[in-house]
Amino acid sequence: MPSITLIEYNGASHTIDADPGKSLMQNAVDNGIPGIDADCGGACACGTCHCFVEPAWRQASGEPDAMEEAMLGMRPDRTELSRLSCQIQVTEDLDGMVVRLPEFQM
Amino acid sequence: MNQAVALPDALTMPLADIDVSDPRLLEQDAWRPYFARLRAEDPVHYQANSIFGPFWSITRFEDIVAVDSDFKAFSSEPIIVIGDAPGDLPLEMFIAMDPPKHDLQRRAVQGVVAPRNLAEMEGLIRSRVRDILDGLPVGETFNWVDRVSINLTTQMLATLFDFPFEQRAKLTYWSDLAAGTPEMAGGDVSHEELMTGMMDCLQTFTHLWHERKGRDNGFDLITLLQRDPSTADLVDRPMEFLGNLVLLIVGGNDTTRNSASGGVLALNQFPGEYDKLRANHGLIPGMVSEIIRWQTPLAHMRRTAAHDIEFRGKQIRKGDKVVMWYLSGNRDETAIERPDDFIIDRSNPRHHISFGFGIHRCMGNRLAEMQLRILWEEIMQRFSRVEVVGEPERVRSNFVRGYKTLPVRLHPL
Repeated sequence: MPSITLIEYNGASHTIDADPGKSLMQNAVDNGIPGIDADCGGACACGTCHCFVEPAWRQASGEPDAMEEAMLGMRPDRTELSRLSCQIQVTEDLDGMVVRLPEFQM
Repeated sequence: MNQAVALPDALTMPLADIDVSDPRLLEQDAWRPYFARLRAEDPVHYQANSIFGPFWSITRFEDIVAVDSDFKAFSSEPIIVIGDAPGDLPLEMFIAMDPPKHDLQRRAVQGVVAPRNLAEMEGLIRSRVRDILDGLPVGETFNWVDRVSINLTTQMLATLFDFPFEQRAKLTYWSDLAAGTPEMAGGDVSHEELMTGMMDCLQTFTHLWHERKGRDNGFDLITLLQRDPSTADLVDRPMEFLGNLVLLIVGGNDTTRNSASGGVLALNQFPGEYDKLRANHGLIPGMVSEIIRWQTPLAHMRRTAAHDIEFRGKQIRKGDKVVMWYLSGNRDETAIERPDDFIIDRSNPRHHISFGFGIHRCMGNRLAEMQLRILWEEIMQRFSRVEVVGEPERVRSNFVRGYKTLPVRLHPL
């Protein structure tokens, strides 16, 4: 199982054994990581699973599509590292990935 | 529609005749069986003969998410309610715009309700909530809508706009006018009163705008609009200025106001849940989401098909009105367990449709949640029970699911 580290805004770090075949959001929720709300349940429709993928993992985790771009565009704290974690499919290639969580979801 | 005629029997009437745009359904709290039948038998339903013209109804949770997310096929222009705007009041507002213009205008103002700023507002909101609650009579009957719900949201709106505090009742008045027009959503506001009120709103805010021009330290909605390049000259486009003001006023008013009343009603209809709450105030954040779901203060949002599209086996034509019934989606038994029940400790309470989904999702959702959370935290510090002592009077509309009156009596701790 790929190991993925999620770091909360306050610095608290959580390393999880992620389940390939599920999204990063689902893995975070299943492991009870605070800071991911995922109100829409993974439909790329609410923007409340926003995260920042560390630059080294940007390529392996893929690029946002047009819909994800549109949702990210509504975030005042959006950066070039922004992704919606429901749109990142966990694969073995993401073993070791580090993701930071935002100050707030909205 | 003829007000003297009784509502038809939802269970036996022909499917094609079901008209969920009838504003009496919410006014009489009679909507449940009509939507239940549509969800079960014809979830994407065509009504050819409503007084608002022909329209499609989207009634299931997942279908609503799909339509709400697809802003290319389902446009928000020209308007997001089932009816059309009066010809002499062609308001423009970003909720009724598509990208890219929508994105620019929304970005200009959404910072004001970002959680970072909300944290700074929390103390102010709490002190105002305390003042409101401390001024209430214990042991006698009064109207919760006026004394608490309207009072709370009006004060909040005045704060967000940095509006002259002693004149704040105007904000609520304008909000009620704008949301209460007969042709847009089946309300009962006269055209003359609407136009007079809207012109007063425009004049008042135009004055505020000029007064505030050049101020660089404000963080109210007017100053934010002035500071952002895409809206810096908004005052020169009166129907767009007024439209966006109306959007922000209605968005911050009708919604939280009616959830602030709906929560009281829900806890009275489900006394076992009130017991749970009294035993554990930690349930308040989850309860707030459940109140917003159960109440669904805005019953629908409308889209317009941008091109011909087949959706769930139905052929929708370019230009057709497509109405997403959030009220129905929130009662969809395939998406939410025991949806008609008010359950304050649901495992996934945020999974509701009241804020909408996609790029038009409610901008102020965290502010709404914070206001309701503080309200209930402070209520529970003061009163053992807010008892509903009579039937509420409900708003006549197919858009706002709200209350005019809710008679209550307070019981001390």
